Amino acid sequence: MSGYLDPGPRIGVLALQGDVREHSRMLEHLGAQVMPVRRPAELAEVDGLVLPGGESTVIDRLTGLTGLREPLREVIAGGLPVLGTCAGLILLAERLRDGGPGQETFGGLDVTARRNAFGRQTESFETDLVVPALEGRGADVPPVRAAFIRAPLIEEIGPAAELLAALPDGRAVAARQGRVLGLAFHPESTGETRFHELFLQVVREG
Amino acid sequence: MSTPAPTSHSTAASTAAAPSHTPATGTGTVKRGLAEMLKGGVIMDVVTPEQARIAEDAGTVAVMALERVPADIRAQGGVSRMSDPDMIDGIIEAVSIPVMAKARIGHFVEAQVLQELGVDFIDESEVLSPADYVHHIDKHRFTVPFVCGATNLGEALRRITEGAAMIRSKGEAGTGDVSEATRHIRTITAEIRALAAKGEDELYLAAKELQAPYSLVREVAEAGALPVPMFTAGGVATPADAAMMMQLGADGVFVGSGIFKSGEPAKRAAAVVRATTSFDDPAVIAEVSRGLGEAMVGINVADLPAPHRLAERGW
Repeated sequence: MSGYLDPGPRIGVLALQGDVREHSRMLEHLGAQVMPVRRPAELAEVDGLVLPGGESTVIDRLTGLTGLREPLREVIAGGLPVLGTCAGLILLAERLRDGGPGQETFGGLDVTARRNAFGRQTESFETDLVVPALEGRGADVPPVRAAFIRAPLIEEIGPAAELLAALPDGRAVAARQGRVLGLAFHPESTGETRFHELFLQVVREG
Repeated sequence: MSTPAPTSHSTAASTAAAPSHTPATGTGTVKRGLAEMLKGGVIMDVVTPEQARIAEDAGTVAVMALERVPADIRAQGGVSRMSDPDMIDGIIEAVSIPVMAKARIGHFVEAQVLQELGVDFIDESEVLSPADYVHHIDKHRFTVPFVCGATNLGEALRRITEGAAMIRSKGEAGTGDVSEATRHIRTITAEIRALAAKGEDELYLAAKELQAPYSLVREVAEAGALPVPMFTAGGVATPADAAMMMQLGADGVFVGSGIFKSGEPAKRAAAVVRATTSFDDPAVIAEVSRGLGEAMVGINVADLPAPHRLAERGW
């Protein structure tokens, strides 16, 4: 997929806290050039951005302290492709329930997310998902294995966004609005590459 | 670190036939997953709900609920045990970030109680008095993930074999002296580098010397890293201490007595968080180190008689 002539898209991973390394490794495997983003100036150098899993209250607070919050809002509103997982989904949600004290979001995804929707860590789980975008590709398509770690849930999807994946009981756990993808789970923890591939496709389409 | 090698499609060929819609809790992926989400963060000792809220406001990724910080355990002596469930409940109630709590080494019933209380992570900790001088807890039997201390690679690998989802280099808790934390993380990272440089036929002897299973030793040699995140602990008292641990290869930092035994806990806590994130930026570390008030007075580890060194507990 990448050769000598194609160095691959430049993907920034917001590297303030969380599972930055797992995302970076998967993106590199898929042919992207990966760079950590810790400063506002670094946002200008990327074709797409990943908001990793982590503690959303901490990442939110650190984006404020590092001066990244407003620049992040601007690039997301300006159409930069973004993939957020778990904490990243929370950061992208237009509306947040059960946030920490004073917690803010960047917006970009017309959904209502509930933080820690499944309970404490002993309730964290892995399962196979229903992914409409992958249906109809034949019976040999492997199911999507997803890990939910103190995960959020998408409680409402607004008119601007669409469902991307759901639990077997129908509850929404991933949504898309144009170039913005938000997942409540961690494909980077289970080696599931298809969402990162979809994201890189969105980046390549520009 | 524990991410399976990505393949062009989903990982598990074995799941292709029959989708498994039954949620599985307490799997290795789920336990190590929480450890991965805490990376780049600071985990702070707290003894009251009020301290827990200060820690959360300062930007810590998790709090460690305990009755006495290590500096007080050291000063007061006596047997140190799991905290009162009421106290742990109070801290769980106070914050929305993950709550950790300590069980004594080998005390699997304290661990059962902590899991029942709903703590998010158990620290099988040398800071408390050991309950078993031979066996550590069989951590595979639990749904909740565990973090365990280690002073060298062999100890880390034995804890991972028992099911630990995170390793914490021990340092010397309750001293405010970072030298042991430095020594332990340098030891572990140097041993990993040495292992990665070995020939395949040398790994059998390495496994014997490390007193760890060959399969795990080989995994670490091939990856050049532990299969679980490694944090550092024990004596971290300043923003520069935290940043140094990160530059030495830690995935995150535990701070204990250093915060609430200092002059301005809220300010110092926020400064340690910021320095942990911007660990490679001396300008930021300089800025957050200003005007923090009095640091923890501390004890030089060299002045501690050997029987009082907590890092020597665990094997």
